[in-house]
Amino acid sequence: MSIVGIAFTPADATGIQAFAAALGLPFRLVQITGAANTTCGALKVLSAGLEDVPPADGLVASLEGAVQGASHIVAVSSMASKDVMARLAGVLDCAMVTDVVSADSPSTFKRPIVAGTLIETVEASGAPIVLTFRPAGYERKPPGGACEVESFSISPSKVRVTQAAHKSGGRPDLTQASVVVSGGRPLKDRETFESVIGGLADTLGGAAGATRAAVDSGIAPNELQVGQTGKIVAPDLYIAAGISGSTQHMAGIKDSKCIVAINKDPEAPIFEVADLGLVADLFEAIPAIRNLLGK
Amino acid sequence: MRILVPVKRVVDPFSKVRPLPDGSGIDTTGIKFEINPFDEIAVEEAVRLREKNPDIEIVVVSIGSADCEEQLRKALAMGADRAILVETTHLFDSLGIAKELKAIVDKEQPSLVLMGKQATDYDCNQAAQMLAAKLGWPQACFASAISITGQMLAVNRETDLGVETVEIPMPCVITTDLRLNEPRFVALPGIIKARSKPLDRIPPSVTPAPLTRTIKVESPGARPPGRKVANVEELVSELKNRGALSA
Ligand SMILES: Cc1cc2nc3c(=O)[nH]c(=O)nc-3n(C[C@H](O)[C@H](O)[C@H](O)COP(=O)(O)OP(=O)(O)OC[C@H]3O[C@@H](n4cnc5c(N)ncnc54)[C@H](O)[C@@H]3O)c2cc1C
Ligand SMILES: Cc1cc2nc3c(=O)[nH]c(=O)nc-3n(C[C@H](O)[C@H](O)[C@H](O)COP(=O)(O)OP(=O)(O)OC[C@H]3O[C@@H](n4cnc5c(N)ncnc54)[C@H](O)[C@@H]3O)c2cc1C
Repeated sequence: MSIVGIAFTPADATGIQAFAAALGLPFRLVQITGAANTTCGALKVLSAGLEDVPPADGLVASLEGAVQGASHIVAVSSMASKDVMARLAGVLDCAMVTDVVSADSPSTFKRPIVAGTLIETVEASGAPIVLTFRPAGYERKPPGGACEVESFSISPSKVRVTQAAHKSGGRPDLTQASVVVSGGRPLKDRETFESVIGGLADTLGGAAGATRAAVDSGIAPNELQVGQTGKIVAPDLYIAAGISGSTQHMAGIKDSKCIVAINKDPEAPIFEVADLGLVADLFEAIPAIRNLLGK
Repeated sequence: MRILVPVKRVVDPFSKVRPLPDGSGIDTTGIKFEINPFDEIAVEEAVRLREKNPDIEIVVVSIGSADCEEQLRKALAMGADRAILVETTHLFDSLGIAKELKAIVDKEQPSLVLMGKQATDYDCNQAAQMLAAKLGWPQACFASAISITGQMLAVNRETDLGVETVEIPMPCVITTDLRLNEPRFVALPGIIKARSKPLDRIPPSVTPAPLTRTIKVESPGARPPGRKVANVEELVSELKNRGALSA
């Protein structure tokens, strides 16, 4: 058995290394964007060196050859990987498991369902098995020696990208950050969100996140939504300010090491899951926290 | 032009679900069922596209038990023209759903299959991409805006970084994200009126042979209980003690 990992971003490579190590299997890497990660422990890296992930149809057509012979084709969970990997599984006519959090065996996996309120154990049959996994539970290894790199070219797509998405701001990536500060509906508008939530995130060197309610009302950009249908985060510290704690939001933060809730309603459900809860008005508490941290 | 909208019957996303005592699945006793919220958004979007392009026919399809009629009727009440119920008690994985949907597409020849990005029960986020693969059609997943110009669609897609704009030729498969629209509310008279719209019941095209099988459903381990702190000072010193402010 051997793994082919598809790294959509350079950071995915170390997650794939950790996953492969947990299964005890060697892996080859296909890296789509950024400079090739040659020290991630792969047997070999096929590098496309692109700036953005290209449309799924052309990308999957080019992956078909590269994944031959693999028992597992794996990627870190993200919107890009969900778009591409499911199409690949469709083309290969093979089993796919989304959002794996742990493997009981090379063909038995655990994954959250119904917004993380239940855990399903799934058995996949046949080969290969395509899967996306959440890297939080896997220990990353220090870099190893350099491996061979080959360039990887992408087949044309029927889809034309007329405007690429570009990351705003200089904050760390939400899914990689070790601190995430998120805000909900009471943040009122973009400016308030940016100064209060963004401000504390900057003080802590972290990323900013938001609830669906905040995103839907235009308080925060779409890509900051955390939860069942947004991004899944697992930082060392997650601060939820003005967030009630809906099942859908909690689904995205459960693997955080320490959850802090700041909410003025002592009965808010978020306090049932928070490690540390502060009943307070966030507009007073957050400036006070920044003050105490001396920034 | 025809738009096919697959809709899945799912447990109400706001209900509290439990595993069955034997761990074989989700206990649905006493739980309400709804159209998967993403599929409801897809139905709404199809209806809005028809408001601008009147020659569109909207066909909704659901695969599952006879009970799925309830969700199909709701989609008809929202404005879909007719419904197909692939009535079955077999187990399907997303690949099986994609194959079954392909059989419907082969027969109905839609220009666009508009579907949810994920079902909120099993959260797989697979069926649409698999269908696109089986059809050899291009796909645009996670749409937050769609417009038609001739044989092309302009789609805003939500990505990990933000919003990307693409042009995609028909026929194609598009999946909906939450921001695409807010589905209309349909009152009871609308649902009753929709009773006269056509609903075809058909058997599955083949007996599914799932490659993934649920072997257990259980509750996740609870996080150890936390505690409340009295004030900001205590919060900051507690975070320092735990080494959570190392950055
Ligand atoms: C299919 C589906 C998918 C969904 N996916 C997601 C998802 O991925 N992510 C997500 O987040 N949601 C998701 N939701 C929405 C979710 O159900 C909730 O509606 C949402 O998370 C609520 O956001 P909120 O906590 O900001 O708002 P609210 O629930 O309105 O909570 C606001 C909280 O702020 C507190 N508050 C108000 N003022 C202050 C103040 N000055 N100081 C301190 N506290 C204050 C209030 O006490 C309250 O608890 C989804 C819903 C559906 C149906
Ligand atoms: C009849 C039936 C019985 C099942 N019984 C069990 C069971 O006993 N135990 C168990 O663990 N799982 C069961 N399942 C769940 C099954 O494993 C999942 O439905 C399957 O894996 C698809 O994943 P998903 O629903 O997350 O789809 P996704 O891939 O997330 O779905 C994406 C989109 O595909 C479309 N779609 C998906 N399913 C359907 C459908 N049925 N009809 C129309 N459109 C659809 C929708 O547009 C949806 O938004 C059953 C499913 C069905 C249909």
